[in-house]
Amino acid sequence: MTAATNKRVAGWGVANTLVVLYALFPVWWIAALSFKDPSTLTDGSFIPQKWTWANYRGIFETSEFTRALINSIGIALISTVIAVVLGTMAAYAVARLRFPGKQLLIGMSLLIAMFPPISLVSPLFNIERFLGLFDTWPGLIIPYMTFSLPLAIYTLSAFFREIPWDLEKAAKVDGATPAQAFRLVIAPLAAPGVFTTAILVFIFCWNDFLFAISLTSTTSARTVPAAIAFFTGSSQFQQPTGSIAAAAVVITIPIIVFVLLFQRRIVAGLTSGAVKG
Amino acid sequence: MAEIVLEGITKRYPDGALAVKDVNLHIADGEFVILVGPSGCGKSTTLNMIAGLEDITEGTLRIGDEVVNDKAPKDRDIAMVFQSYALYPHMTVRENMGFALRLAKADKATITEKVEEAARILDLTEHLDRKPANLSGGQRQRVAMGRAIVRDPRAFLMDEPLSNLDAKLRVQMRTQISRLQQRLGTTTVYVTHDQTEAMTLGDRVVVLRSGVVQQVGSPQHLYDEPRNLFVAGFIGSPAMNFLHATLENDALSTSLGVLPMQDRVRQTLARENVPRELIVGFRPEDFEDASLVDPSRSGITFTVTVDVLESLGSDVFVHFTDPGGRASTSELDELAADSGLTDTGETGHQVVARLSAETRAREGQPIELWLNTLKGHIFDPATGVNLTHPEIVDRDAP
Amino acid sequence: MTPAKSPAAADRLSEGARQERRLGWTLCAPAVIVMLAVTAYPVGYAVYLSLQRYDLRFPQLAKFVGLSNYGAVLSSPFWWEAFWVTVLITVVSVAVELTLGMALAIVMHRALFGRGTVRTAILIPYGIVTVVAAFSWQYAWTPGTGYLVDAAGTAPLTDHWKAIGIIILAEVWKTTPFMALLLLAGLALVPEETLRAAMVDGATRWQRFRLVTLPLMKPAILVALLFRTLDAFRIFDNIYVLTQGSNGTGSVSILGYDNLFTALNLGIGSAISVLIFICVAIIAFTFIKLFGTAAPGSEMGR
Repeated sequence: MTAATNKRVAGWGVANTLVVLYALFPVWWIAALSFKDPSTLTDGSFIPQKWTWANYRGIFETSEFTRALINSIGIALISTVIAVVLGTMAAYAVARLRFPGKQLLIGMSLLIAMFPPISLVSPLFNIERFLGLFDTWPGLIIPYMTFSLPLAIYTLSAFFREIPWDLEKAAKVDGATPAQAFRLVIAPLAAPGVFTTAILVFIFCWNDFLFAISLTSTTSARTVPAAIAFFTGSSQFQQPTGSIAAAAVVITIPIIVFVLLFQRRIVAGLTSGAVKG
Repeated sequence: MAEIVLEGITKRYPDGALAVKDVNLHIADGEFVILVGPSGCGKSTTLNMIAGLEDITEGTLRIGDEVVNDKAPKDRDIAMVFQSYALYPHMTVRENMGFALRLAKADKATITEKVEEAARILDLTEHLDRKPANLSGGQRQRVAMGRAIVRDPRAFLMDEPLSNLDAKLRVQMRTQISRLQQRLGTTTVYVTHDQTEAMTLGDRVVVLRSGVVQQVGSPQHLYDEPRNLFVAGFIGSPAMNFLHATLENDALSTSLGVLPMQDRVRQTLARENVPRELIVGFRPEDFEDASLVDPSRSGITFTVTVDVLESLGSDVFVHFTDPGGRASTSELDELAADSGLTDTGETGHQVVARLSAETRAREGQPIELWLNTLKGHIFDPATGVNLTHPEIVDRDAP
Repeated sequence: MTPAKSPAAADRLSEGARQERRLGWTLCAPAVIVMLAVTAYPVGYAVYLSLQRYDLRFPQLAKFVGLSNYGAVLSSPFWWEAFWVTVLITVVSVAVELTLGMALAIVMHRALFGRGTVRTAILIPYGIVTVVAAFSWQYAWTPGTGYLVDAAGTAPLTDHWKAIGIIILAEVWKTTPFMALLLLAGLALVPEETLRAAMVDGATRWQRFRLVTLPLMKPAILVALLFRTLDAFRIFDNIYVLTQGSNGTGSVSILGYDNLFTALNLGIGSAISVLIFICVAIIAFTFIKLFGTAAPGSEMGR
């Protein structure tokens, strides 16, 4: 290796390190905070002086956090499944079929993707109270799946469009009905895209805060991001810092697992529809 | 197996564009018919209409005794080979080939038997359990063929099935398709833009231009007796050479000399009330090195300078510039655009002559050439009609 | 393009086309119904509420007041303060994200090694729950726990400008990766050969970037900008956790939330919601008008 290439390697090494540090240090900081003993919580150091699991034990002892965790997982999963199923159906139609009204559907989902959620909070608050959905799982699932539908339709139709047209023609000539062509040829090929979309939708639902604090009032449907904001600490005189940090780390774990396992897919999903214009 | 009949088939897109206009074609049972033409001529649209992948705007399409205009592809019992092969990437070769039978709810034993028989014919037996991604281009092409023959359909439809293969493989597959079709005797409609494939494969060739059938006939018939300029220029490689000609005192004067005319042709020209400015066409093999021709043979001789010489071993192609300049009509312009001639920045008009290998022609040197004037075709530049075609010459002849 | 069939052609549709049409409608129906029921109806309802005097503490006193809620909001200094804070945060954070995101995208596109690691790392800020990240930043700047407090003087989160700076920082950290990934996809569309040709033509590294890469990436950049601008304008989570909107750091979304859930004034809150919706619509419309076909979704129509 020549000196010049050595220098370039070193340069990229520095650049890569900077990017990784940028991405990870706030995460590391809150993780470090969560392992700190209450006595060292305020030392501001990046590495806990005295390691402790006490904060984690603390949050799992009360139902406030465990209940919220169950709510988060349940609500995000159900919303994801519904959004992906409905999104798959619509995206297939958008990408593959000719029918009047398609432009309308595309326009509408684009509009919703741009929609400020706060604009929906006040009417939904009132409507859900009226319908008895306020502070229930469906009360959150409904807005989540609606707001993730455009994301699902958009990402999936980009994936669907990459499946070669001829395959469907071939299936039709081979004797398949349109429904069979979808089930036997397109669906298996679309599975990776559907899976990727599911991850993105899950992250979206998992992340939400505004609906979670607006449309819930008790622990019966409050998700973790909202619950954290209302943490009071295990005793009245204790700052909830340690508990919040521990809870924050717990809900970050699924995200890190997804990212580590499916990095490539997530990148493909995020960028699929966005750049072809 | 069945005949396919197209009666007045027309395809008009919703935006008004006319893709195919009034195509009438009777494809006999077991016949191998080629649809050929430059891109955008409507050949693939026609095939897709036969397959049921596109709607027919007007006309009647019959397969066997049934009118199938409004039938879904699955109810037409036809098999199709696509340009991209359209193999299902998530299925093995075996599953790909058996897919149609599976949809038709054939029992497992039958499927296995038919797939394995097709695989044997196509030499795919050892690849049956592989996925398309792990196959070479030629193997994928054979799987696509296999998928079609497994079904034992009433007709094969092939949409440029060889155009994704490299030149050598294409020639091999061409013979294989030809042999396969003869063996199975299944009615086949084959779309290509490659006139060589059209000439070598089909029983009959249909030449299309802008959605209109130009001529239907056996390859040799199209080559010898093209009905118009377009067919004359499209069929044959290298293409027919076209020269300006002026009708003067019962003779045609061209940049290469005055061409004598046979009596029958002269009578036809007189009868048809043709313009004075005409176009004459000669195939490359109508030329020869004058020193190699028996002087008693009729024809004209002239001297040109060789621009480029291509030796193929058996023959020699000599390119020279026609001092008369390029003949231009809408047909010729379209042909030039299709062959990429307009993209090469060629300005002068090149004529190609095919000479025997013994010729002493050298690049940059003058050479005396002989032209067989009996072989010439004469075209009306306005209509493109071949005035020397028997249909015209023999029409109400005495 | 959806072919607009003439009535005559529609009568002549083959069974296949009719089947296709029916399937298309059937497949889209559930999504359309859900989206209409959960957005269109509530938006209409929000407009209705915004025309009412409606205090949740005294629901029986609700009454139609016309546009007076809008008058009250638009003449209130709180609205305009929140509006300008939101605009400031949006403009600054999107500008920083674009620059930083481009740098990240180039690192991911060009790095000789470790691209996978970098991409994995960069996805963490994207995926992490905003509230979690916001708490991390909050503790970093809070006296007593934070490592950054000394850098900014005492209690930076209680100072108007410093707090806005921190909010922007938190927003930039969280969303730059998304921008970077969109830009990376745009970079991948620039053919390597075109860049080589520019190199042979004598373009310097900077010229190649400015004269070849950037113009070719324009659609990707515009899409990324549109997405992020709309997203930044709705900023809520970060501000809620970091400052709760105190010291004049509240965005319009925070203002709307406070009016709804602290002041319990549904009428005023709904008027604010509708105004935010109008702002977002204007931003989106401007982008799409300015950039025409480069807008996202134009591709979806095929």
